[in-house]
Order: sequence, then structure tokens, then C-alpha cells
Amino acid sequence: MNLRRDVFQAIADPTRRAILLLVASHAMTAGAIAANFDTARPTVSKHLQILTECELLKQEQTGREIYYHLNGQKMKEIADFLEPFRNLWDDRFNKLEAIMKNYTQKKEERE
Amino acid sequence: MERKTKINAEDGNQDLLITREFDLPLELLFKAYEEAEIVAQWMNTKVLKLENKKHGSYQFETSDAHGNVVMRANGTIHAFVPNRKIIRTFEMENTPFPVQLEFLEFESLAENRSKLSMQIVYRSVADRNQMLQLPFAQGINRAHNRLQDVVSNLK
Repeated sequence: MNLRRDVFQAIADPTRRAILLLVASHAMTAGAIAANFDTARPTVSKHLQILTECELLKQEQTGREIYYHLNGQKMKEIADFLEPFRNLWDDRFNKLEAIMKNYTQKKEERE
Repeated sequence: MERKTKINAEDGNQDLLITREFDLPLELLFKAYEEAEIVAQWMNTKVLKLENKKHGSYQFETSDAHGNVVMRANGTIHAFVPNRKIIRTFEMENTPFPVQLEFLEFESLAENRSKLSMQIVYRSVADRNQMLQLPFAQGINRAHNRLQDVVSNLK
């Protein structure tokens, strides 16, 4: 589940969230994205790299320019707020099941 | 791996339904809720009190790896019918979250198969949605903390 953690890291940063919002309306080049921030261009590039690695952004070559656009599928995945809640309960219940299966075995061994 | 637990939270409702089928006989599933020692194991918490009877109460205390208490929760048991149902309240201490009402129903599906249905009723729709988002928010916080650790190591 490394992927999930990476996505969380990606959206934990306010600049990266701002980039996602920007690109949500239309695909943009790195230069056009950087023009919206006071931060240094290499910093923006680093953010773009992280977002791309987490598959939140996709790169698309158009002529000589590389455009970044939002990966809707991935965004949907993290927008599903229910998933971590469900995982929390599922992990607990898996543990319950494992403990109780073991409990029967122990009981049988004693008898 | 497929997740066996199902969550049903309809838009605009202030409750949610958690269901799960277990490869366990009904009696063993219920025992996991009945015995303090076992509850402590699977809930990963210390059970300070667990009185399984009508008008009884319970209290949990959860600590982190360093022994700091991170959560205390308590509630009152309104109904306790072995192998059938538990009705209880649940409240996290020292948090803004209001008390919630929980209906737990246990049923046997086959000799070694049982099902738990848990309906949780919150004070408002907003309270329910906040609770649903809590693990998501904690996930972000954990990632954020890791990010800060990494960044401070770079300095």
C-alpha cells in the first residue's frame, strides 16, 4: 500500500494542493504553473515531479511542450473518504477473526 | 486483498451501517466482544472497565508506543443479550465529538460462519461525516509528519 501513502504525502502540502486545483480546470505546462507561484521554479518542478510520481498528474507531450493534466481516476481514489474508515474497521475485524481462530485451537489443545 | 467489511453511509443520513461476515461460529464472534482480555487484543486498547449487563458501562484507554495516552473512550450498555445483540453508547473523552449510539447485532450464518451488523447513530449528519473522515485526516497527518521529519533531516 505504498501508493496510498505517497498520495497522502502528495496532498499534505499546500502548494501541491494549489497545483492540483490549478490544473483541474485545464492542462498546463510547468512554466505556466510556476507563473502562478512566488516559489522558485525548481521548487515547483519538484512538486510536479512528486505529483506525477504519485500519479495525481499525468504528462502529455504536445509538440515541444509537456502539459500536465489531472489524473481523475487517482483523484477519485483519494476523494473516497470512506476507504480509510473501512480499512480501519476491516483491519480490526481481521485481527478479531485471527485471534478467535487461534482461541479455538488453544481450547482444543487444552481439552 | 479484498476487504470483507462493508460500510453503508447514505447521503444526508446521520447513521451508518458496518457489516462483516466472519469465518467463526457465532459464539466465538460474540466472545470477542464479551471478554475484556480479548477486546483489548483486537481493539488494541486497554480495557479499564467492561460490565456486560443492562445499565453497565465500559471504558477503554489507548496509548501510543511511548506509553502516552492518546485516546480514552467510554459508554453505557443499554442491552446485552448473549449471542444476539449489544446496544451501547460510545464517547471519546476530551474531544468535541458528541456521544454516539451503537446497535450491534450478531447472527449465525452457518456452523462456522457468523455476521455482525453494527448501526451507529450520530447526533447530526455533520458529526457522522466528520467521524467518517477522521481516519482519512489522520492518514494525511501521518504523511505530513513523515514529510516534516524528512525535511528537517535535510536541513
